[in-house]
Amino acid sequence: MSGPFTIIGGGVCGLAMAAELSSRSAQVTVIDPKGAPGDHACSWWAGGMLAPDCEGVTAEPEIVRQGRKAARWWESHGAAVHHAGTIVVALNRDQSDLATFARRAPTATSLSKTQIADHEPHLAERYSKALFLADEGHLDPRTTLIALHARLHQRGVRFGGDIKGQVIDCRGLAARDTLTDLRGVKGEMLVVRCPDVTLSRPVRLLHPRFPLYIVPRGDGVFMLGATQIETGERGRATLRSVMELMNAAYALHPAFGEAELLEIGVDARPAFRDNQPRIRRIGDVIYANGLFRHGFLLAPALAQMTADLLLEGKIPEVWYEDHRER
Amino acid sequence: MPTFYGTEVTSRLMLGTAQYPSPAILADAFRRSGAGIATVSVRREAGGDQAGQDFWALIRDLGTAVLPNTAGCYSVREAVTTAQMARELFDTNWIKLEVIGHADTLQPDPFGLVEAAAQLAEDGFEVFPYCTEDLVLCERLVEVGCKVLMPWGAPIGTGLGLNNIYGLRSLRAHFPGIPLVVDAGLGLPSHAAQAMEMGYDAVLLNTAVAKAGDPVAMARAFALAVEAGALAAGADPMDARDMAAPSTPVFGKAIL
Repeated sequence: MSGPFTIIGGGVCGLAMAAELSSRSAQVTVIDPKGAPGDHACSWWAGGMLAPDCEGVTAEPEIVRQGRKAARWWESHGAAVHHAGTIVVALNRDQSDLATFARRAPTATSLSKTQIADHEPHLAERYSKALFLADEGHLDPRTTLIALHARLHQRGVRFGGDIKGQVIDCRGLAARDTLTDLRGVKGEMLVVRCPDVTLSRPVRLLHPRFPLYIVPRGDGVFMLGATQIETGERGRATLRSVMELMNAAYALHPAFGEAELLEIGVDARPAFRDNQPRIRRIGDVIYANGLFRHGFLLAPALAQMTADLLLEGKIPEVWYEDHRER
Repeated sequence: MPTFYGTEVTSRLMLGTAQYPSPAILADAFRRSGAGIATVSVRREAGGDQAGQDFWALIRDLGTAVLPNTAGCYSVREAVTTAQMARELFDTNWIKLEVIGHADTLQPDPFGLVEAAAQLAEDGFEVFPYCTEDLVLCERLVEVGCKVLMPWGAPIGTGLGLNNIYGLRSLRAHFPGIPLVVDAGLGLPSHAAQAMEMGYDAVLLNTAVAKAGDPVAMARAFALAVEAGALAAGADPMDARDMAAPSTPVFGKAIL
């Protein structure tokens, strides 16, 4: 089959799918009633970390393996990926968490105070020990989605109109009407401006109850994330969550106390029970869903596997389920 | 097996349901350990419109008894309201009552705890209070209607084990007829075995399993330890003594 294809949903999953299929010369239509990328998509609120090794501390090994493909894929589709690695720190009393993390992230190397200063001078004021994951990267989810949307337009991908050919459903949590084992996991995040702190790469602060990551967006702007609460609620950031994120940022570096609060964001991530995505065939429709907290990390692998399936008949090595009646 | 408020449970191991890498691993941990009771928090997950029902459905599917809790509640009113919501959600009078007194250590507020326990018992709840090992506090809790006590081993999530052996021992001696559960602070299966050896009826833990590198294996390890400790308690263990006592008589040597 070489199309045509109609992709329902224009978040990171749908757009990555459209990019992969159209780059292989397939005719693609994307339908999203909300239009261009924006705050209706869960991926709008993402951190944009391409950090398979850090995620591997708690995520399944397959997520690490598939996630390693992400940085190159995004670059080949025009995204600006920063290859600066990830730094992981813990407060003095939580040093045992740093040891556990090091044990479970085999690619992590230890940084001394001097080495921290070489990478992130502002962190060296506060930390004498850190872990460094050199092979990781990050991107800005919003500029990436907007640029990809424009690029697809130029390439002849149709946005809106009638459904034609094979339907690929990438609606995220909205597909719960069919995917009954899909659940929402609420996440809250903040965007702040803090010219007093300079960071060149994502920093993760380990904490037994309030883990935090901070992703620099440039021009003194930072994204702070994210809570992970077992509820499908898509709105309503709570004071407690926001306070915990702020507290953690303040503990990471007190200069964040003077940061300007630009945005409080909230949405729910679509996830299956094992927190791994699926390409699921039900009737005539292909569903690609369940990216959980790994939208930008795993959308490329999911898109490639789906395209291999549809264009070359190649059954995906993982995450594929055929629910058609035989 | 212990009986809580007239219901006999199937295992002395009680597990929390937070912080697992995924619900699938959570379910596997329950399956491999045979844990008899699942505790679940409802305060934060409820959302504006009980949007947490997907997760709660997963908990119900575990097939164990469900003990909803009031984790994250800092006041009597908050805890009582959360308990009422939990009763509706899970159709049970059981409630693990947490009234937190200190945000950082999550130490129980003993005063709020007694007040909330009294209100809930009055309202027909069967209260499992998360308390310290303080004897007087435990007496007050029993006076207001608690028929189970759940003293901590150590502060929540620390994994330090049984911090006050003497206190826990005297609690056991003082309340021979009340089911006692060590709740919180356990880090290793040996901690759980130790609690059982002291005659405790059950243990409740979460972080030690959920945050282990392999939660499913660790859940099983705790199940085995709990079984070993309970067997030992029932086998009337020897008392430790200062002198080496040969189990075979030693002939021909002058030993006193």
